[in-house]
Amino acid sequence: MATAEQEPVEIEFRPGQLVLEIPARTEFVSLVRVVVAAAAELEPDMENDRIDDLRIAVSEATTNAIEAHGLSGSFDRIRIQCNLADDEISVVVHDEGVGFDPATVPDLPEPESPDRLEHESGLGVHLMQLLADESEISSGEDGTDVTLVVYSSKRRRRP
Amino acid sequence: MLRQGCDRITWLSSDTVTGVQIVVQAHIEGDWTVFTVAGELDVVGAPKLRQSVMDAVKDGRHCLVLDLSGVDFIDSFGIGVIVGALKRVRLLDGDLRVIVPEPRVRRVLEVCDLDRVFTLHRSLADALETI
Repeated sequence: MATAEQEPVEIEFRPGQLVLEIPARTEFVSLVRVVVAAAAELEPDMENDRIDDLRIAVSEATTNAIEAHGLSGSFDRIRIQCNLADDEISVVVHDEGVGFDPATVPDLPEPESPDRLEHESGLGVHLMQLLADESEISSGEDGTDVTLVVYSSKRRRRP
Repeated sequence: MLRQGCDRITWLSSDTVTGVQIVVQAHIEGDWTVFTVAGELDVVGAPKLRQSVMDAVKDGRHCLVLDLSGVDFIDSFGIGVIVGALKRVRLLDGDLRVIVPEPRVRRVLEVCDLDRVFTLHRSLADALETI
């Protein structure tokens, strides 16, 4: 098993696909955002606001993955795979930390409710779902995969 | 590790990703403590702002302004700090004003409906004018 110190970051870039592996440490989240956004910017139909949405959604998924590793005490790495297409970008964030059940995430109260201020944490999954056009979380024995798909604005307008 | 068939391989030292990602400075404007924040409010940067807010509240300063003009990225961790700050000062009969001129950051707060929880000001002058 590789430790974080042995292999800090690995990036593999093929036409239409980017794979990034990072140690499960929070200081690498910013780098993930930069690399994923840079890859997305190569797609001419992906507008800046959609890339911004992707950056945030990927940031949330990667942070959750790192926290899952922290809970399990694992030194395994986080794998982020981006599939780049003209009208959509899909990202799969894979971790081998403790599993996660999205059904356990509580619903957010209405903004006007005083209870809304009780939700200081646990907003990440909501934000991913709000910003990505498709999102799926699947946990099993092999770890957790968070899949996020962000469409171009042109595709979003398509009936 | 080299891999075949790649268009590009980049290897980065961990030094590349270290460094300050957030700067929080505080100054007093009348009864208000203004925090000027620059950088990224994420899992790394948000705890620093949270600590600054907690320290101010502990010192009895319950009227706070968060000036996020220099923030170029915010995610749920940054949002959590703002919500937590608002909760703490309201419990103490204080208030919180948030300055968010940057459209990208503003949009995230609006997506989360936080513009219905507190007013998003565009400048310090705007925030102070309404006080």
